[in-house]
Amino acid sequence: MLDVVYCFILIEGQLVTEIPKSSSGHHKDAAEQTPSRLERRFPDFSYITQNGRLTDFLDCVIISHFHLDHCGALPYFSEMVGYDGPIYMTHPTKAICPILLEDYRKITVDKKGETNFFTSQMIKDCMKKVVAVHLHQTVQVDEELEIKAYYAGHVLGAAMFQIKVGCESVVYTGDYNMTPDRHLGAAWIDKCRPDLLITESTYATTIRDSKRCRERDFLKKVHETVERGGKVLIPVFALGRAQELCILLETFWERMNLKAPIYFSTGLTEKANHYYKLFITWTNQKIRKTFVQRNMFEFKHIKAFDRAFADNPGPMVVFATPGMLHAGQSLQIFRKWAGNEKNMVIMPGYCVQGTVGHKILSGQRKLEMEGRQILEVKMQVEYMSFSAHADAKGIMQLIRQAEPRNVLLVHGEAKKMEFLKQKIEQEFHVNCYMPANGETTTIFTNPSIPVDISLGLLKRETAIDAKKPKLMHGTLIMKDNSFRLVSPEQALKELGLAEHQLRFTCRVHIQDPRKEHETVLRVYNHLKGVLKDYSVQHLPDGSITVESILIQATAHLEDQGTKVLLVSWTYQDEELGSYLTSLLKKGLPQSTS
Amino acid sequence: MAAHLKKRVYEEFTKVVQQQHEDLSAKKLRLTKPSKSAALHVDLCKATSPADALQYLLQFARKPVEVESVEGVVRILLEHYYKENDASVRLKIASLLGLLSKTPGFSPDCIMDDAINTLQNEKSHQVLAQLLDTLLVIGTKLTENPSVRMRLVEVACKHLTDSSHGVRNKCLQLIGCLGPVEKGVAKEAESQAAKDVQKIIGDHFNDQDPRVRTAAIKAMLQLHERGLKLQQAIYGQACKLLADDYEQVRSAAVQLIWVLSQLYPESIVPIPSSNEEIRLVDDAFGKICHMVSDGSWVVRVQAAKLLGSMQQVSSHFLEQTLDKKLMSDLRRKRTAHERAKELYSSGEFSSGRKWGDDAPKEEIDTGAVNLIESGACGAFVHGLEDEMYEVRIAAVEALCMLAQSSPSFAEKCLDFLVDMFNDEIEEVRLQSIHTMRKISNNITLREDQLDTVLAVLEDSSRDIREALHELLCCTNVSTKEGIHLALVELLKNLTKYPTDRESIWKCLKFLGSRHPTLVLPLVPELLSTHPFFDTPEPDMDDPAYIAVLVLIFNAAKSCPTMPALFSDHTFRHYAYLRDSLSHLVPPLRLPGRKLVSSPVSPSITPHEDPSQQFLHQSLERVYNLQHLDPQGIQELLEFTIRDLQRLGELQSELAGMADFTATYLQCQLLLIKALQEKLWNVAAPLYLKQNALASAAAKQILEETYKMEFMYSGVESRQVVIIHHMRLQAKALQLIVTARTTRGVEPLFGMCEKFLQEVDSFQRCFISELPQMQGSFVDKLLDLMPRLVTSKPSEVVKILQTTLRQSTFLHLPLPEQLHRASANIIEPTGESDNPLRFTSGLVVALDVDATLEHVQDPQGTVKVQVLYPDGQAQLIHPKPADFRNPGPGRHRLITQVYLSHTAWTEPCQIEVRLLLAYNSNRSKAAAKIAKSTWNESPEALPQPENGIEGTIPFSKPVKVYIMPKPARR
Repeated sequence: MLDVVYCFILIEGQLVTEIPKSSSGHHKDAAEQTPSRLERRFPDFSYITQNGRLTDFLDCVIISHFHLDHCGALPYFSEMVGYDGPIYMTHPTKAICPILLEDYRKITVDKKGETNFFTSQMIKDCMKKVVAVHLHQTVQVDEELEIKAYYAGHVLGAAMFQIKVGCESVVYTGDYNMTPDRHLGAAWIDKCRPDLLITESTYATTIRDSKRCRERDFLKKVHETVERGGKVLIPVFALGRAQELCILLETFWERMNLKAPIYFSTGLTEKANHYYKLFITWTNQKIRKTFVQRNMFEFKHIKAFDRAFADNPGPMVVFATPGMLHAGQSLQIFRKWAGNEKNMVIMPGYCVQGTVGHKILSGQRKLEMEGRQILEVKMQVEYMSFSAHADAKGIMQLIRQAEPRNVLLVHGEAKKMEFLKQKIEQEFHVNCYMPANGETTTIFTNPSIPVDISLGLLKRETAIDAKKPKLMHGTLIMKDNSFRLVSPEQALKELGLAEHQLRFTCRVHIQDPRKEHETVLRVYNHLKGVLKDYSVQHLPDGSITVESILIQATAHLEDQGTKVLLVSWTYQDEELGSYLTSLLKKGLPQSTS
Repeated sequence: MAAHLKKRVYEEFTKVVQQQHEDLSAKKLRLTKPSKSAALHVDLCKATSPADALQYLLQFARKPVEVESVEGVVRILLEHYYKENDASVRLKIASLLGLLSKTPGFSPDCIMDDAINTLQNEKSHQVLAQLLDTLLVIGTKLTENPSVRMRLVEVACKHLTDSSHGVRNKCLQLIGCLGPVEKGVAKEAESQAAKDVQKIIGDHFNDQDPRVRTAAIKAMLQLHERGLKLQQAIYGQACKLLADDYEQVRSAAVQLIWVLSQLYPESIVPIPSSNEEIRLVDDAFGKICHMVSDGSWVVRVQAAKLLGSMQQVSSHFLEQTLDKKLMSDLRRKRTAHERAKELYSSGEFSSGRKWGDDAPKEEIDTGAVNLIESGACGAFVHGLEDEMYEVRIAAVEALCMLAQSSPSFAEKCLDFLVDMFNDEIEEVRLQSIHTMRKISNNITLREDQLDTVLAVLEDSSRDIREALHELLCCTNVSTKEGIHLALVELLKNLTKYPTDRESIWKCLKFLGSRHPTLVLPLVPELLSTHPFFDTPEPDMDDPAYIAVLVLIFNAAKSCPTMPALFSDHTFRHYAYLRDSLSHLVPPLRLPGRKLVSSPVSPSITPHEDPSQQFLHQSLERVYNLQHLDPQGIQELLEFTIRDLQRLGELQSELAGMADFTATYLQCQLLLIKALQEKLWNVAAPLYLKQNALASAAAKQILEETYKMEFMYSGVESRQVVIIHHMRLQAKALQLIVTARTTRGVEPLFGMCEKFLQEVDSFQRCFISELPQMQGSFVDKLLDLMPRLVTSKPSEVVKILQTTLRQSTFLHLPLPEQLHRASANIIEPTGESDNPLRFTSGLVVALDVDATLEHVQDPQGTVKVQVLYPDGQAQLIHPKPADFRNPGPGRHRLITQVYLSHTAWTEPCQIEVRLLLAYNSNRSKAAAKIAKSTWNESPEALPQPENGIEGTIPFSKPVKVYIMPKPARR
C-alpha cells in the first residue's frame, strides 16, 4: 500500500517545468543527480521498481490536481516508462490536464526544439487510462485498496485523497488551501483519523494576513490607475490565480459601475474558462449560489485581447501570460507601456531570479533588452501576493480536522519543515516525519484485528448491553493465520489438554480462646454480616463456604488460644478470595457476647 | 403491446373507482352513528388486518374530536391497543393518544395512568418512543401538578436503560421538559430529585449514540430555560463534548458551555497542563472561539453567534480575538492594518508600492509561537474570513455586540469591519456597514480607514450606498482632510447616481453639524471665494453646490465666525435654501442682517410651542360654541378646517394631529349640512336633490372615519370611540335617507334591525367609555332603546332624525403623538416619455420603489394598485421580503409589479399607487369584542359580516407610459 503513496510523491516531487519553482526544492536533489537531459526533466521512476515493470509494483496512480509540477510527468510515466494500471483524478482535473500537457509539450518541443519528449498521441493515450472520481466517492481499486477524494481548494478540481486498506489509511493532501478565495472554497476533510497524513508544507513557517487587505489593495490600485486614465498590466499564468483575479475585477467592475475595458489574452485561457463555467459545483459558495441567475465565469466586462488593443488610447486592464514577464505577450505589452508613468504593472506572484519580473520588482529602473536596447521603466510596479497554499495555521487546522495518528511533511524546505514538525509534535502529540528523497520512514500502526468468537461464548458473556464496551473472558486461539476466541473448555478440548486446577490456600491466625465450632460460628456470623450479596453457608462438617471458597478452622497445635483459619480458593475466585483473607486478617469484631 | 398496456391501465383505473365507492359508503354509515367513539369502535372491530385498522385510524385522525367524547375515544383506543399485535397499529394508536390529549379543554390526567400502564408490556422500541412522546404531551398539559410530573420523570428514568436510541431520546426529552426545577428549600425530597435529574442527564453525555448525547444536552438546556440552576460540575463534561465526532453534539455543547459561562462567570477553573487558573467565562470564551474554526459550518455559525453575547469576558481575552500573529519564514511580520496605522501616525503618505514593503522584521522565538492556541487568538479573524457567508454575518453581528459594550474593542475591530465592506456578498457588506453605524459613538475614523469606507460609495447597490450615508451621518472624523475627502467622494457619488440627492444632502447636514471646527478652515476653498477677486456666482440649482452649502450652513450653526467668510451671494442663497429646503438648512444668526427666522430655543417643550397652542385654541373654540346658529357653526367649522390644514402644511411635526382633527371637523360639517332642517321639510319631489346630497355626505363620512381609524399611527381607544360614534351617526343618516326614498316598509325592517344591532355592539365594545359621552347621539339613543326596539321602522326613523339633530358635538381628545401614514413613490418617476414596450399577453416587470412613513405592519397592509386606462384595476400584494426597515417608523418598499394587457394601438398611461388595506375586524375595537366575549358567551362570536374590508389610497398616483404591442405572427 505504501508503494502507491511513494509513487505519487515522486511524480509530484520535482519536474523541471519552464522555470524551476524554488519553494519546493526538497525533492530536487535526486532529479539533478541523474545525467540524462530527459531524466532530469522527469522524476527518476527507477526508485520504485529498481528493475521490473511499473504496473507490477503499483496498484494505481493518483493525481491530485492539474498543476504541471503534479501531473507533468504523467504521459512520460504511463507511455514512455510504461504503466498500464488505473490513473485516478477528479473530473475537472481530467478535463483541464490534457490542455496543459499539450501546451507544455508545444513549448518544449516546438519552441525549444527538444526531442525525445512525449507526443500528442501519448497524451491522448494516457488520458484514456484515467478514471475520473467524484468528491467523497469511495472507489474500490482492488479487493483491498479503496480511495476517496476530498475538496482541497487550491485550484479547480484539486483534491486530497484518502487511501485505505482494511482499517489502515493514509491521507495525501496534494496542494490545498484552508482559506477560501474569490472562486474556490476552503479545503475540508472529515474526522477520518488516518494512520498517516501526508501534507504539503510550502508555507510551513508563514502565517498570512487576511486576504481582504490584499484584495482591497489590489482593487484600489487598479481603480486609481484606471481613473487616472492609465493602463494596468497584470502578468499571470493561464490557470488558477488568473481566474481568481478575473472574478475579483469582474465583480468590482460590476459593483462600482466601471466602464474601462478589461482584456484577457486568448488561447489556452479561453478553453480553460469554459471548464470553469462547467464545474460550478467545485467553486465557492457565492458562485454556486448565484450561477442560476448568472454564471460568474461568463464575464461581462472581460473580453478577449487582441494585439492591436495595446495601442488603444484610454484606460484598460490587461491580463497577459506568462506571469514572470520573461517572454511572450506580457513582455510585449510591458515594453509598450513601460515608458508612461500613468501606467502600472501588478505582479501577482513570485518571480524567479533573472526574469524581467524579478528585476523590476527589486527596483531596477533601466532594463537591458535584446539587441542592446535600454528600456526605461517609468510605470509603477506593484507586487501583490496571491497564493493558494495553506499557511502554517491552515496546515495545523487540517491536522486538527482529520486527527491523524502520524503526520508526514512533504513539498517544502527542510529548515522550515523542521519548525512545523516540532509544532505538530508539541501541540497534537502525534509523531511527525519529514523524510528526504530516498529515505525510508517506518511508521508503526495499531491495526485492529478481527477475531472470530463462538456464538455460545458471546451469548454467555454479553447479557444485556450489546453495544457498550465490556470485559469478557475467553481463550484466544491463533491457528493457521486465523484468530478465534472460544471458551476455555472448548479450547482445552480442541487442543487436547487436560484442565489443571490452581488453588490458593492461606492460613489466618485469630486470637480466640473459645472452642473451634464457636469460632467458626463467629466467623460465619461476621462474614454473613459483611458479605450481604454473596451466599455464605455453614456446612454441617464445620466448614464455611462463601460462594466456592472454603474456610476451615482448627485450633493451633501449641497455643489453644489461637485458632488457625484455612482459606482456600480457586484461581477464578482470586478477587473474592484475596478480599476475604484481608477481611479475616483484620480480625473478628469484638462480639457483644 | 400497446393494446395490452391500455387494457391494464383501464383495469387499474376501475379498481380505483371501486375503492372510492367503498370508502364513500363507509363514510355514510359513520355519519349516521350517534357518537364518534362508538363509530371508531365498530370500525376497529370490523378491521380484519392491521393494514385495515391502520387505514381506519388514519381516516379518524383527520377529523377533530369534541372535548366531551375524547375520553371515550381514548378508552376505545386503549382497548384495541392491548388487543393489537401489529406494532405499526399500536404506534398509530399511541400517536393518536398524544394528539387527542392535546384537544383544548380536555384534561388528560384521567388517561395518564392508562398511558403509563401501556408502557409496561411494550416490546417495540418505536412504540415505546411514541408512548413516551404521548406522555410528554400529557405532562406538558399538566405542568401545574408536581406529583404527576414526578411520576412521569420516574417512568422516564426507568426507560433510560433501553437499548434503542429513540426511546432514550424521548426519555431525556421528557426529563428535560418535566424534571423538577423548584429551588429545593421547601421540600428536601424534591431538591434531592432535582440534583438527581441533572446527574441522570449528565450520565448520558457519554452515551454511545450521538443522537442521545444531543438529546441529553438539549434536555439540560431545557432545564436551564425552565429556571433550574445548572451545576458547575457539568462544565468539564461539556468541554469534553466539544471534541465530539458529530456536529449536532458539538453545536449543542457550545450552547451549554455558553449557558454555564453566563451562570458562573467568575468561578475559577484550572488550565490543564499548567498550574494556572482563569475565570470560567474567559475559559469558555476561549473554547467557543476555538469552535469558530470547527469543521462544520453549523457549529461555526453557532459559536460565532454566541461570542457576541459574552460581555463579561476580560478585555485581554477579547482583544486576542482580533490578533493573528503573522510571520514569514519564522520572522515576525506586521499586519497590513498595523502598517497602515504606522504610516498614518508617521505622517507619511502611503508608499506601499515597493516589493518587500511588508518584509518581515524581527526574528521570533520558535518556542513562543503557538499555532493552535487554546485561547481566543484570531477567532474573529477566522470568522470574518470564513467560506460561508452565514458564518461571516454571525461574526460581524458578534463583533457589533461586543464592540458596543467595550469602546477599546470597538477601536480595535474597526479595521476588520472596514475590510468587510469589500465582501463578495452584499448582505455581509450591508450588515457590516450597519454594525459600524451602531458602534460609531465609540470610534473615530482614521483617514486611511475613511478612504476605504468612502470607496464603497461607488457601489451600484442603492441599499449599500444609503446605509453608508447613514453611517457617515454619525461618524466622527478626525481631520479636516477627512471632511474634505468625504465631501469630494459624496459629490462624486452624486454625479454618478443623481437619485441619491436627498440622502447625500441629509448626510452632509449631519456631517456639518458634527464637525463645525473642521469645516471652518475649508470654507474659502469650498465656496471658492478669493480675497481680492470676485468669483462667478455658482448655479443655484446645481445639486452639488446645494450639497456644499448644506454642509457649510450646518457647520455655521455652531460656529459664529463662519458667516464672515461668506460672500454676498451666499447669503442670498441661504435665504432661498432656508425657505425651500427648511429641513436641511438650520436657522442662522447672520451678522448685519435681520434674523431670517427667530431661533427656536430647544428648551421650549412642545406643549408651550405656539403652533401647538394655536391648534388647541382653535379646537377649543369649536367645541365651546355649541349654541350658535347653524350658519355660524358652519362658517366657524369651515374656517377652522382651513386653518388646521394650513397649519399642517407649515408645521411638519404637527401635521398628523392637524390633519386628524381637520378630518374630524370635516365629518361634523358634512353631518350638519346634511341635516339642515330646511331641506328635509321640502315637498316630496325635491327629495331627490336632498337625497343625493345627504347620501353622498353619509358615504363620505364613512370613508373618512375609516381613514381616521386606520391611517394614523398612535390612535388610542379614546379616539376610536369618537370615530366609531361618528360612523354610527353616518349610518343613521343613511338609514334616514333610505327610509325617505324607498316605498314600502319591508326593506326597512331589515335595515332597522341591522342598525339596532350595531348600536348594541357599539355599546358592548365601548361600555367603559360611555359615561364620557353625555348628551351625545349614542347616549340619547341608548336612553330611547327600549322604545326603539318595539316601535315600527317609520317611528324609528323619526326618532333617529330628531336625536341626530339634537345631539351635541363630541369633543375629540388628542393623543400625545399622532402620525399620518404616508407614502412616496420614488420610482417610477412618471417623467419618462419613452413607453415601456412589451408584447401583449406577456408580462413586463415594473420596478417600484417607495418610502412609507408611519405605517404599522406594512407587510400586511400595503398593496400596490395598477389602474389601466380601460378602468381595469389590479391589486398586487408585495412579498414581505420587499419591505426594508431603515429606521423607526420608516419603511422602504422595493418590489416588482408585473403588468400585462391586450394589445393597444398606441402607448397610454397607467396609474400606479399604493393602498393601505384595512379590515375593521382587525381594529382595536373588534379585538376588544373578541376578548370580552370569549368567556361569557362563546356563541355570540364577532359577526364576520361586520368586518368591512377596504383600501385607502395613501400615495400620489404615478403615471407610467406603457405600450403592449400585438404579437407578431
